Amino acid sequence: MSASRRQFIKTTGAAAASGLVLGFYARPSGPLGRLHAAGPFAPNAFVRIATDDVITIIVNKSEMGQGVYTSLPMLIAEELDADWKTIQVEPAPVAPEYAHPIFKMQLTGGSTSIRTSWQQFREAGAAARALLVEAAAQKWSVASSAVRTEQGHAVHGEERLSYGALAATAATLPPPENVTLKDPKDFKIIGTNVKRLEGPSKVDGSAEFGLDVKLPGMLTAVVAHPPVCGGSLVTFEGAKAEAHPGVVKVKPIGTGIAVIAKDFWSARAARDLLEIEWDDGANGDLDTASQRKEYRALADEVGDVAEDHGDTAAALSGAATTVDAVYEVPYLAHAPMEPLNATAHVREDGCDIWAGTQGQSIDQMVAAHITGLAPEKIKVHTTLLGGGFGRRANFESDFVAEAVQVANGESVPVKTVWTREDDIQCGYYRPLYLHKLKAGLDGDGMPNAWYQHVVGESIMAGTPMAAMVENNVDVTSVEGAIHTPYAIPHRRIELTTPNKRLSVLWWRSVGDSHTGFVNESFLDELAEAGKQDPFELRRKLLADQPRHLRVLELAAEKAGWGNPLPAGRAHGIAMRKSFESFVAQVAEVSAEGGKVRVHKVVCAVDCGIAINPWNVEAQMESAIVFGLTAALHGELTLEKGRVQQSNFHDYEMLRMDEMPEVEVHVVQSAEAPTGVGEPGVPPIAPAVANALFALTGKRIRKLPIRL
Amino acid sequence: MISLNINGHDQDVDVEPSTPLLWVLRDTLGLTGTKYGCGIAQCGACTVHVDGVATRTCITPVSTVEGQEVTTIEGLATDGLHPLQEAWLEDDVVQCGYCQSGQIMSAAELLAANQEPSDADINAAMSGNICRCGTYGRIRCAIKKAAATMRGEAVTK
Repeated sequence: MSASRRQFIKTTGAAAASGLVLGFYARPSGPLGRLHAAGPFAPNAFVRIATDDVITIIVNKSEMGQGVYTSLPMLIAEELDADWKTIQVEPAPVAPEYAHPIFKMQLTGGSTSIRTSWQQFREAGAAARALLVEAAAQKWSVASSAVRTEQGHAVHGEERLSYGALAATAATLPPPENVTLKDPKDFKIIGTNVKRLEGPSKVDGSAEFGLDVKLPGMLTAVVAHPPVCGGSLVTFEGAKAEAHPGVVKVKPIGTGIAVIAKDFWSARAARDLLEIEWDDGANGDLDTASQRKEYRALADEVGDVAEDHGDTAAALSGAATTVDAVYEVPYLAHAPMEPLNATAHVREDGCDIWAGTQGQSIDQMVAAHITGLAPEKIKVHTTLLGGGFGRRANFESDFVAEAVQVANGESVPVKTVWTREDDIQCGYYRPLYLHKLKAGLDGDGMPNAWYQHVVGESIMAGTPMAAMVENNVDVTSVEGAIHTPYAIPHRRIELTTPNKRLSVLWWRSVGDSHTGFVNESFLDELAEAGKQDPFELRRKLLADQPRHLRVLELAAEKAGWGNPLPAGRAHGIAMRKSFESFVAQVAEVSAEGGKVRVHKVVCAVDCGIAINPWNVEAQMESAIVFGLTAALHGELTLEKGRVQQSNFHDYEMLRMDEMPEVEVHVVQSAEAPTGVGEPGVPPIAPAVANALFALTGKRIRKLPIRL
Repeated sequence: MISLNINGHDQDVDVEPSTPLLWVLRDTLGLTGTKYGCGIAQCGACTVHVDGVATRTCITPVSTVEGQEVTTIEGLATDGLHPLQEAWLEDDVVQCGYCQSGQIMSAAELLAANQEPSDADINAAMSGNICRCGTYGRIRCAIKKAAATMRGEAVTK
């Protein structure tokens, strides 16, 4: 049901005026619309209804914890008037009709799943319902307008037929030319708390992640990677590894030396027996300390202009007070709980890939390139993902490509598994950034000029998404710094993009992961310099931004902003809009004996219509932990090109004993739904840093936080 | 040959004695509910019970559990679901779900000995288990709910 395959049907004025949305849906004219949803009744690529009433929703987004295997089916089930108990989910194969409407490929990311499927999935459900209604009307010889639907049944007077009973007839009917979507006031499923469909499989051990894939004759491989990112192989001796019990083969591939064995442990143990000489390459001198010095010097030069409003230089020179600061954030690994892995079976007639992946289309293209097979001969079977956070989608499909290289030329399926050390030390990373800022306040203590120079590697440059780099400005480097909602008239944002040294990548909340911290912390500095309450200053600057203001005020009110706290505790506040959603957080902290402790976080979120409020809350809780982990612990450093951290003992995660109480308030909204996976991350680091300033008088300008 | 008792069943496996129990469970016996996360006993994803004691299987040589009773997530409940699993579902705890087998096994050890755990008890028992999705708050609630069930109290939803 890609855009090109839809018939676009005009929206009538009357329907629009009454708040109804007339859909753009029609069944695809070609075969693809039915190809993957074969069954008694498969009205489109997303729905299949069986005679036993089971409704299968084919989901084209990857489930990595963010809840799409529940929230996306809710959209279809709503318009279908389905009985939720009959809904099951099937991951979509790679096919054009499953492409992301914006990215034009099968990809899960950017907190876009709900907002780009909101219309499409409801239309798919409504179209299926229209055919079931028509089938019932024919059976009962009544007008379709006389048939209503409820809980998976068509109803007319005393007569009721289940969708399963109508499936065969519905399958013979021509598609509706247009469909009418429900008025939101009639929603029965959307907006309710629905438990995860795959939840039961995740409490009894039966859920299948990529690492759990088992195939007849399958072998397992681990790969020795160069110790320096970008390094290459000079020579190796694999005889000892090959002689290790269980080892089948030692095989050089593009990214290193693969050890293929009958099981993981044999491969893992034998890898230590490889004797390899690496060439460190151009990154052999890469050193975080010197890189930071280099970035600091670059920040004093003039960067590429990302945004320029008013006359910032003049306003700064005429300001009553100016404030200067330099902020820094480190390289970070995504570190999903399930280490990277993929299984590939390469044959002459095709290739099958089983992977927890966020980027199926890229996987397919990359595998086609490696194997020489046509893309349509590459089948990608998407498993559950043990976390993603952006790591399981990149333009090289690195971990999938590696698995295909390993399996290419083997007669059996081979699962290639990364160790945790491989995951931490072999890229990709959230880039290191340095920001230099200068702001001017007027005589009333109100900010009127803001200069900011961001220095950091580009995620998008040199990739197929390089179109996001305009005039040397990668928008993902400065998002959250540009387009501020705060009413500051003179603003100049510059960006300097050093040559890419490491493989850098989007990391949950992308650019906002650093601009959120920097901009919300620096605004707090301006409040202090202008002798204003940080919440009140934000309120004043957001006077014309009702949705921003609402979450800000809601979080402040629920946290009791301004009320006395126990001795040794303080509040900090931060507010960000990212991924089209608005999130404000108030953190309550203490710092006894220099140990930072976050006791409570109150979070307010406006994500438009909350499809599954329980999941919105869960995503805020999750994002707060993710952001807090980085704020308190996250830092990768390099010496001589080698990442110094290797596993969870030195790349630490937030644990139960550090978990704050989290209270989430979801704003009731009639606006179209927006992102929830990422927008909870950006405000937490500045909320905590601002609270620590209130508590200790020490400004935190570098992450992770060190008092 | 090493003789094991897994989830109440005696099984002989032909593996190197030093092989971590984790990989025997996963690769030899096909019990993939127990997860690999770090390999150095830092994340808890690989937790099972050995004679009732929560054990990190990624650093436990299989030879050391010979003659002991090993219980994995697949064998935690002998009939239906364990109260922890019920509570996990009731509170919709899981997100990506990868760490949750280990979380539940650690919690099960706690509740076997202490059916009225304090927050400090929960911190002590659960801080060896990392959840990258940050479900800690819901895990804490679910443990308390399951504890109440095990004490025979009616649970208010």
